[in-house]
Amino acid sequence: MVNQTKQAELSKDTLVAMYQEMLLARRIDERMWLLNRAGSIPFVVSCQGQEVAQIAASYALNKDEDFVLPYYRDLGVVLHFGMTVKEVFLQAYGKAEDPNSGGRQMPSHYGQKKNRIVTGSSPVTTQVPHAAGFALASKMEKRNVVSFVTLGEGSSNQGDFHEGLNFAAVHKLPMIVMVENNKYAISVPLSRQVACENISDRAIGYGIPGVTVDGNDALEIYRVVKEAHERALNGEGPTLIETISYRLTPHSSDDDDMTYRTKDEVADHRTLDGIAQFRDMLIEQGYLTEAEDQEIEEKIKQEINEATDYAENAPYAGVSTLTDHVYGQGGE
Amino acid sequence: MAVLTYIQAVNQALREELERDEKVFILGEDVGQRGGVFLATDGLYEQFGEERVLDTPLAESAIAGVGIGAAMYGMKPVAEMQFADFIMPAINQIISEAARIRYRSNNDWNCPITIRAPYGAGVHGGLYHSQSIEAIFANQPGLKIVMPSSPYDAKGLLKSAIRDEDPVLFLEHKRAYRLLKEEVPEEDYTLPIGKAETKRSGEDVTVITYGLCVHFAKQAAEKLEQEGISTEILDLRTVYPLDQQAIIEAASKTGKVLLVTEDNKEGSILGEVAAIISEHCLYDLDAPVKRLAGPDTPATPFAAPLEKAFLVNADKIEQAIRELAEF
Repeated sequence: MVNQTKQAELSKDTLVAMYQEMLLARRIDERMWLLNRAGSIPFVVSCQGQEVAQIAASYALNKDEDFVLPYYRDLGVVLHFGMTVKEVFLQAYGKAEDPNSGGRQMPSHYGQKKNRIVTGSSPVTTQVPHAAGFALASKMEKRNVVSFVTLGEGSSNQGDFHEGLNFAAVHKLPMIVMVENNKYAISVPLSRQVACENISDRAIGYGIPGVTVDGNDALEIYRVVKEAHERALNGEGPTLIETISYRLTPHSSDDDDMTYRTKDEVADHRTLDGIAQFRDMLIEQGYLTEAEDQEIEEKIKQEINEATDYAENAPYAGVSTLTDHVYGQGGE
Repeated sequence: MAVLTYIQAVNQALREELERDEKVFILGEDVGQRGGVFLATDGLYEQFGEERVLDTPLAESAIAGVGIGAAMYGMKPVAEMQFADFIMPAINQIISEAARIRYRSNNDWNCPITIRAPYGAGVHGGLYHSQSIEAIFANQPGLKIVMPSSPYDAKGLLKSAIRDEDPVLFLEHKRAYRLLKEEVPEEDYTLPIGKAETKRSGEDVTVITYGLCVHFAKQAAEKLEQEGISTEILDLRTVYPLDQQAIIEAASKTGKVLLVTEDNKEGSILGEVAAIISEHCLYDLDAPVKRLAGPDTPATPFAAPLEKAFLVNADKIEQAIRELAEF
């Protein structure tokens, strides 16, 4: 159950807004699966099970200044940082108006400069050195800006995780690294990915704080990320945060998770769904009524319907644009 | 005008760009107080301080990756790979990231990073301090690969690379660092990336090459001139993407083409140059296109006789030009 002793920091309105964003990410993701199974979109890679961590962490950041370097499951993060529902569907359909890539990248390869969402690729963990680069640049320019970078637990085995964190630690850069540990890297469970107990144990090797937190405990995640944010701005360097959640869907729409885990295991974790726990807490506290919850659901559904229709009918980029933007137009 | 070595010209370009634009900064191994193992950054730490001449941990993927992040932010990083041979851990960052950032974001983001690396053999560097690495990167749209052949070119092209709005891999032949000297203007000038340059005008045979091999080709051409063989030399300067028009014109002019690289022969830049010539110049050719390159061994051996045997030099180029002239 959600720890209720730390709520004081966040107002009722903020908590309800957080809930709405978590729910929005979940409902968008669910719609994506329907569209995929109906043959409308070719690919989905999900956020389900990680929305609480994504939204709680995002609320602890400065969404008007900080840079975020999300990985492909971070729908919650990009929504919070300003990507619209319509834009999310445009990228799922690969349409010309997709602000992430104009339909060039597979879905969930986020990037939107005006919202400081840094463009990402498919090879995992390359974004960690980039985050150090953003943090280095903002430090050089003496701006109070933090870079926030996320990845999965399997990705923490990549060299770029080590190289990027070590660099940021040596130069005391304003960076937060959040590993969203969802227990599986496609089919390979955590026990076959790492031999240490927690991913956050790796922080000691960089001489920085490492914290493991329940990925369904929004208030604790908020507190931990807020603290890391303050450390970063105080010139104390990066923090490694690990959120423990569970991947509720297969790795992607092309994966069959029943080849490596059981229905019962997934069902057990569904009963522990962090969004439902958060809603129950709001209702218990008197911050939300069942009727208000229904209104939120309706509003989200309508927004998703409109976005789906828009994206489905939007044009693809013309083939004449295929070779555009390989290079810029010249020098300075 | 001062006479500068190749490495002094590199140093001067870096100094002037650091002075000109506060967004420019240098990062790499030993680039700070040490001034770089070849002294490319000599004196810059003292003049510009630790923040702009940054010693990094020994980790090449981070040198590239942190630079890429800073470039996306809007800085103009100049990342140094201590030896081109050690760029391999950074290939994912350079190819999957830097080269694709503009295209994959549909022009929303760009990555104006310069990555400098000393390449090439002839200094007893053995397998891992001698390699030519350009071909590895030479089919990656989004990336530019510049390989200057002289101190003058090094200064002007490095300034252009730093000011370019896209990623540039800037490869300097380490033997050229102290071997080549010439007059280099002290004022600001740039040279165009993507353009080859005719280094010598001739009528009988065209040599198309780049990097230090241009120097050897010039030596060969001077000698052959006394025998009455007139050699045209085209310096590619940018080996990716290639200046097709200049290649076509140079090949058509004499109809006899020698392509030269220090790199291994198979899969080198020369294959692409030959393909351009065969597509466009068939009826202008008077002899088959000839390639002179390193043998297809994994790299240059350490032992002096083996290293010498591996390397292209002025004598080998002279012989190849003569054979073509006599064809």
